[in-house]
Amino acid sequence: MTTDTKTYSRDWVAHVERIHASGDTRAFAELFEHFAPRVKGFLIRSGANDTLAEECTQEVMATIWQKSHLFDPTRASVATWIFTIARNRKIDALRKQRRPEPEDLTWGPEAEPDQEDALSLQQECAQLDQAIATLPVKQRELIEKAYFGDLSHSEIAEETGLPLGTIKSRIRLALDRLRHAMK
Amino acid sequence: MKTVMTNIKHHLTDALLMAYSAGTLPEAFNLTVAAHLSMCDDCRARQAAFDTVGGAMLESCKRVRMDQGSLEATMARIRAAPDAPTPCASTPKLPSGLPTPLFDYIGGDLDTVKWRPVGMGVKQAILPTSREATARLLFIPAGAAVPDHGHRGTELTLVLRGAFHDECDHFGPGDIEVANEDLHHTPIADIGEDCICLAATDAPLRFSGLIPRIAQPFLRI
Repeated sequence: MTTDTKTYSRDWVAHVERIHASGDTRAFAELFEHFAPRVKGFLIRSGANDTLAEECTQEVMATIWQKSHLFDPTRASVATWIFTIARNRKIDALRKQRRPEPEDLTWGPEAEPDQEDALSLQQECAQLDQAIATLPVKQRELIEKAYFGDLSHSEIAEETGLPLGTIKSRIRLALDRLRHAMK
Repeated sequence: MKTVMTNIKHHLTDALLMAYSAGTLPEAFNLTVAAHLSMCDDCRARQAAFDTVGGAMLESCKRVRMDQGSLEATMARIRAAPDAPTPCASTPKLPSGLPTPLFDYIGGDLDTVKWRPVGMGVKQAILPTSREATARLLFIPAGAAVPDHGHRGTELTLVLRGAFHDECDHFGPGDIEVANEDLHHTPIADIGEDCICLAATDAPLRFSGLIPRIAQPFLRI
């Protein structure tokens, strides 16, 4: 399982690309095996019962197939991308609210994200995973509480203590390139 | 008009960005955050970094076994869905330059807003969100003031057009003021231009003057 956590982020990008490029059902099955039980776990921790969590997870996984062309590896890891889809489903199904999203920024057909940029971002994501895994237990519990829905925004500390500086700069750079390509 | 702004001085707090990422904010706050992110790439990048934390949480989340035949059921869902989703199903850019997340809530662009007067030339339009918090568009004529008020909870005020100043600072297009219960303020629009803001509150405002206090229940401000 240790090699799994080390290499997953780069592998999963290729999986999503294969799903997008050729409707690769085997790549999808592998992605499903890894992520579906985690999405279901996330939804149950967020308050869904087993039936609803199963249903929503299937919808989340189907969305991954349908939106594979929108995945941008210079801005997110596959785990991050799937998290955002699962979170939106949670708000919709559990909190019965709409989820306003910022204006869409996507690569048009003429321009594509840079491979090097994608690789650096994926490495940053893996490093952040490690950093979070080694946080003091108390701090980790607070972050889990914030993400699994037990903490309101006014209860979240102003200083989260998370090492997000580098990843933020990388994403900012990716946004600049995308803005430039969109002109 | 360009939607993304480069000279924004007042940004969202980490706590709000993290809560937006986690999906725990009330809808009115989500709307205001999404509108600011549409105008501010710095906060968009910070918010994406918090999504990355969410990704890490998902990765380490306790797994729960999927039902028997779940993958096949998912493939059936995919096959049943309409073919090839439109490449870009996003909302078109609004001619007024208003952030696109507002389109659904107004039901159109700026010219379709149904303003209601709240006195002294100030107008507002309450947007349809869940009831745990309220989102409203505010129209403050050039040079006019919104009545002095305090808050029980949190108030976010995002400048969409024009500018205002209050006891704290000056706020231009794209700037967002995050006010907590300690702040009593009187936003005043700049002289040069009418000011349009998107404001979200999670508790009723508290006006200091007697007349606004009497009017409050009727105006829902």
